[in-house]
Amino acid sequence: MTTYPSPVRPPTPRPVRRRRVPGEALAGWGFVAPALVVVGGLTLFPAVWALVLSFRRWDGFSPQVGVGTQNYRDLFSDPSLLGAALHTVLYTAMFVPASLLLGLTLATALNRRIRFIGFYRTAVFVPFVVSAAATGILTTYLFSPQFGLVNNVLRVLHLPQQGWLEDSGQAMVVITIMSLWGQAAFTTVIYLAALQDVPHETVEAARIDGANSFQVTWRVVWPQLRPVTVFVGVYQTLQALQLFDLVYATTRGGPLEATQTIVYLIWTTAFQQLQFGYGSAIAYALFVVTLAVTVAVTVTQRRAARRTR
Amino acid sequence: MTDPTRTPTSPTARRVGAPAVEGPPRPPARRRLPFSPWHLLLLPVAVVFLLPFAEMFLTSFSPASDITRIPPGFWPSRFTLDGYERLFAESGILRWLGNTVVVSVVSIASHLVLCSLAGYGFARLRFPGRELGFLGILATIMIPSQLLMVPTYVVFAKLGLVNDLGAAIVPWLASAFGIFLMRQFFLSLPAELEEAGRVDGCSRLQVFLLVVLPLARPAMATLAIFTLLGSWNDLVWPLVAINDEQNFTLQLGLTTFQGTRRTDWSLLMAGNVVATVPLIVLFLLAQKQFVATMASAGLKG
Repeated sequence: MTTYPSPVRPPTPRPVRRRRVPGEALAGWGFVAPALVVVGGLTLFPAVWALVLSFRRWDGFSPQVGVGTQNYRDLFSDPSLLGAALHTVLYTAMFVPASLLLGLTLATALNRRIRFIGFYRTAVFVPFVVSAAATGILTTYLFSPQFGLVNNVLRVLHLPQQGWLEDSGQAMVVITIMSLWGQAAFTTVIYLAALQDVPHETVEAARIDGANSFQVTWRVVWPQLRPVTVFVGVYQTLQALQLFDLVYATTRGGPLEATQTIVYLIWTTAFQQLQFGYGSAIAYALFVVTLAVTVAVTVTQRRAARRTR
Repeated sequence: MTDPTRTPTSPTARRVGAPAVEGPPRPPARRRLPFSPWHLLLLPVAVVFLLPFAEMFLTSFSPASDITRIPPGFWPSRFTLDGYERLFAESGILRWLGNTVVVSVVSIASHLVLCSLAGYGFARLRFPGRELGFLGILATIMIPSQLLMVPTYVVFAKLGLVNDLGAAIVPWLASAFGIFLMRQFFLSLPAELEEAGRVDGCSRLQVFLLVVLPLARPAMATLAIFTLLGSWNDLVWPLVAINDEQNFTLQLGLTTFQGTRRTDWSLLMAGNVVATVPLIVLFLLAQKQFVATMASAGLKG
């Protein structure tokens, strides 16, 4: 399905001064209708239907049975859901801060004119185009306990061998590492753009006033990056809460369900166990939680921004 | 996502669709050092980031027996095309590659046509219901795809589209993000250009096709790259909608390898190379545009 990042900040529509031309309404709808039908038909309609389904029990073949709020009440007593929620939160807690820190570090390092900078940028950016399926196969290979490159390096360094994806305590860490490999480019490029937008004059002025590089970074540059950080943090959190592809391509939820995430659970519930109603209920619950997280962060951030102003 | 109308302004937010990053970095404040200490950070990072690729290529050219070597080696014991030969002989990889190309090409073409039309309509034309329509589009962005999988699957099953390659394409025909991206771009174009066309007697459609679209190439390239990355690498939806191996996409085919051929690593890596190299080559050719595209993905907020 479409997994585009979402535009969030539309500009205010520019006032149009032209006279209203007859026939313009028809032309207008002619321009927008085809896309509107496709996008609306593929999102609004299924979203409403999913809500209806979440109050029913249905396997796709037998007649649907209305069960009221039973699916939603089941959410609270479902041990696999609790496990999946914990794994998802664990992954988010590892991935998001690491991704921000890595992106900021790499952007700072790449934002200068030194030799081979083009090569460095390419090295960091090119994993971004690799699919989760290919990344998954690479992950399984690199982190194989018997012949993987990672354990091989450990062997050379005389460090103990690890079970990685086959160890339920480590599998999520491996998935986080490989997500970072694939996604580092994203936070890096956004921080890079933001860094290049920091007014040169402000940095110069601080230097003339005698600030050292640490002070410049901490007192001048970092405050400018705060809104970007909040935005990227929220965006990466939403992405992290929806982890599926890499889990499917590596562990399929294992070992011992240690990498079962919410979306993976939705997929198995709906398409393996054919519980369309309950699957839709979990999906709606996830939607509500992510919406709540987004709203909470946005409100807090806006308050903080108002205070500092 | 966040409230679409009011989010803290990111300092870089205005350049959607425009190259944001590839400009040369500002000249450093101090004189350039003969050796920058940043190399000490960047070189190891670059090596670590490129190692998986090296391993992928080397393994794809290794004989299958290398895997049992103790201790395992990084460099193949000899270079061979066995992995590729088995890949092409024993799997439908060429067919899957073809399917994926079809899905991506149709998705990109449809995205470009539908989203630029709609983006232009929302940016420049006045018609009753415009605000409501655009708000509806923005609202769909907040809906997560997991919510849509079950009903979409059921509808496709009813229409007999499941198992069909068309099933992989339909969700990629247009997107709210694409409409938004194109609208942003058209809003940034000076309206005077179009006024001139109108005065010369062009119809709306003629103005759009002859005046506006030729100027929209950077935005359309950005949209094309997003659509390519998304449709080429999509896994969840083909996984749900396609069961027939004939109609697999590359990504779906790759993941089926894993269960059945877990030990045949040279074949698996050959498959990875086939699935990944087209995008890597494109990336290297159009790196600037790619990076700008990535940046504009973050600048929507």
